[in-house]
Amino acid sequence: MSRKLKIALVGNPNSGKSSVFNGLTGLNQKVANFPGVTVDKKMGFANLKDEQGGQIQVEYIDLPGTYSLYPKSPEEKLPFQILCDPNNESHPDLTVVIADGTNLKRNLFLCSQIIDLKIPVILVINMMDLVRFKKIEIDFNKLSQKLGIPVIPMNGRKQEGIDDLKKAIIQPLHIPDNDFIDVRVFAPEVIETIRHIVNVHSNYNAFLVANNLELITAFEIHQWKRDKITASCAEHHFDSQQMQARETLERYKIITGIMNDCVRNPDTPIQKSYSYKIDSLLTHRVWGYFIFLAVLFVVFQAIFSWASYPMDLIDSGFQSLSSFVKTSLPKGLINDLIVGGLLAGLNGIVVFIPQIALLFFFIAILEDTGYMARVSFIMDRLLRKFGLNGKSLIPLISGVACAVPAIMSTRTIQNWKERLITIMVTPLMSCSARLPVYTLLIALIIPKDYVYGINLQGLALMLLYFIGFAAAVGVAWLMKNFIKSKERSFFVMELPMYRVPRWSSIGLHILEKVKIFLFDAGKVIIIISIILWVLSSFGPSGKFEGIEKKYSSPEYTNVLPANEIDQKIQTEKLESSYAGMLGHVIEPAIRPLGFDWKIGIALITSFAAREVFVGTMSTIYSVGDSESSKHTLKEKMQSEMNPDTGGPRYSFAVGLALILFYAFAMQCMSTVATVYRETKRIRYPLIQILYMSGMAYLASLICYQLLK
Amino acid sequence: MGLEVKYLSELHKGQFGIIDSFTDYELSLKLLEMGCIPGEKIEVIRIAPLGDPIAISITGYMLSLRKDEAATVRVRLS
Repeated sequence: MSRKLKIALVGNPNSGKSSVFNGLTGLNQKVANFPGVTVDKKMGFANLKDEQGGQIQVEYIDLPGTYSLYPKSPEEKLPFQILCDPNNESHPDLTVVIADGTNLKRNLFLCSQIIDLKIPVILVINMMDLVRFKKIEIDFNKLSQKLGIPVIPMNGRKQEGIDDLKKAIIQPLHIPDNDFIDVRVFAPEVIETIRHIVNVHSNYNAFLVANNLELITAFEIHQWKRDKITASCAEHHFDSQQMQARETLERYKIITGIMNDCVRNPDTPIQKSYSYKIDSLLTHRVWGYFIFLAVLFVVFQAIFSWASYPMDLIDSGFQSLSSFVKTSLPKGLINDLIVGGLLAGLNGIVVFIPQIALLFFFIAILEDTGYMARVSFIMDRLLRKFGLNGKSLIPLISGVACAVPAIMSTRTIQNWKERLITIMVTPLMSCSARLPVYTLLIALIIPKDYVYGINLQGLALMLLYFIGFAAAVGVAWLMKNFIKSKERSFFVMELPMYRVPRWSSIGLHILEKVKIFLFDAGKVIIIISIILWVLSSFGPSGKFEGIEKKYSSPEYTNVLPANEIDQKIQTEKLESSYAGMLGHVIEPAIRPLGFDWKIGIALITSFAAREVFVGTMSTIYSVGDSESSKHTLKEKMQSEMNPDTGGPRYSFAVGLALILFYAFAMQCMSTVATVYRETKRIRYPLIQILYMSGMAYLASLICYQLLK
Repeated sequence: MGLEVKYLSELHKGQFGIIDSFTDYELSLKLLEMGCIPGEKIEVIRIAPLGDPIAISITGYMLSLRKDEAATVRVRLS
């Protein structure tokens, strides 16, 4: 005997929901998409045994954090749509509400709404360690009795109480008996009508439907039903704002009563809390900004020096693998494809992982400790001047890792104009895909020296991040004057207590991001590197044969050693290949920037994804040099000569121009797709591609012409 | 009684009062569900370095909001 159980986890932001989710599912998680919306659907699976020994296959859904069932942002629409539409494919059999025990009053508000939906509910009172620390006393039995649902105390961080929660989950499902509040008195006719038309389980569900008319388009019901609901609301002058206010006040009135009965709070002033004391330093008018800069400095120095060890290991590992494959497989097309196309592309992906993991590690810590909210707090005034919002800082900083999740995280910004501007400028932030490009180019033009103990290359990298940020803010300021909007912007935001980061959650978070990168971005990179290999290994018919014929004549074979001839053949073949031809076509346009056709090839392929630059260069240079395993890409590029000047191909001016091009250009298909998905207008990604590419071209042009 | 009604934005750091009413319907809905209920004690505990936004204490937790948002909340001082 086995049965299935769908459980939704809901709770306020900062209630420790994800650590409970992780405790219930362990590593058995996956991220999918909800149909029709872009919010990630985090799911987990586990098998439980009920008391009769029967198997229960549980599917957990971790819903985005919300304060109520009245959505104020696109993310918050999801809990409403799933919980209030019984026909939704994710509609749960049981809801677990996670509440912050130190903040029970506000957390019970959401819980009381879900009780009234008449879905079986379990309330988890989380953060019991802090509850005890603050000497708050909660009478769980009484609370459970008053609410009519099971109440489980937990400390999600240490997984205390997780067994009690599992025990509660396997009990027979029980729909709450009593209404927390009776909404029928607010709008009897409308509720009556809706319950006639739609199959909802409760009066409150009907009431919520009436309150969120614009959202029921996502419900799986016929159009005539929607029209009828809308008509009924209009007929009875259903004023949603007023209804919502009345409901909220009524709920808090009852919650206050319950709190008085069940919770004894010593009511110590917030000024005595450690969070307040830490804030005195971290939001200080001098130290606050100084510490924020110092944090960024440490993060980037660490990423540059720590990540270089595993990256070198990966590089040398792939090199020995390449030479092993090259020598052990018979010579020919397959050998070339595996070494020059597949392995080169794989190397370009895997070498990325240490930096992505480190970056997400730091961002997760900043987010998890509560520091990110303080950064918003001290920066809001500054950012508002540029048409942004204190909340824009989180997407902008996340943009340092990857613009795709960063742009998705702008959903927390309720104001459309500020959100749009944040979306438009986020790709200017130096994302981790630029990192390998920067790493390679910085290594080419900046000496590996230390000045006063500061790694110069690390400093250059930090400057590049700063340039990205400055460009983002500058463009935001320009856009502020172009985009018109009457909508108001809200900044109401909780400042959560400072907490020690949850290392296991951070570990899972990093794993998730690396996986997404490996499989989503990785696919594109592999495909492109194979296409590239094809483009650079084949040319118009007859050309390659002509080259080989030319070099087989005695005037070459008698004068030059065999390996040198080989090298010349390879180089000439590449130049006359399809890739070389493409590079030559755009060369006149990029010559004023100091770029040659080889860089041209890399620029073309980088419009799909900028990290492809390194892979392209590896392919180009390993194809161009038969002794591929002996030199690393950097050494090969360093020794490349510019036939026009006689100096190195990658002079300081060229290197810097190239770096600036990559700093500004929109070279990421996934970002373009994400922007389209988030703005629902094709013109926004188009504008973005145009303005960013224009900026990139101008910046490189000015840089090269001034420095050459 | 000597009850004085002020806007939350006019309070100094450390000053507290009782929420009286709101002047902005849309924003008040957000504040209400976050626990800012008329009758509740509210205290300005911090002002951001650049004078805006402010942090308040409400039902035992910290909430930050902009000055112009605080200007929609009327507070009774005792």
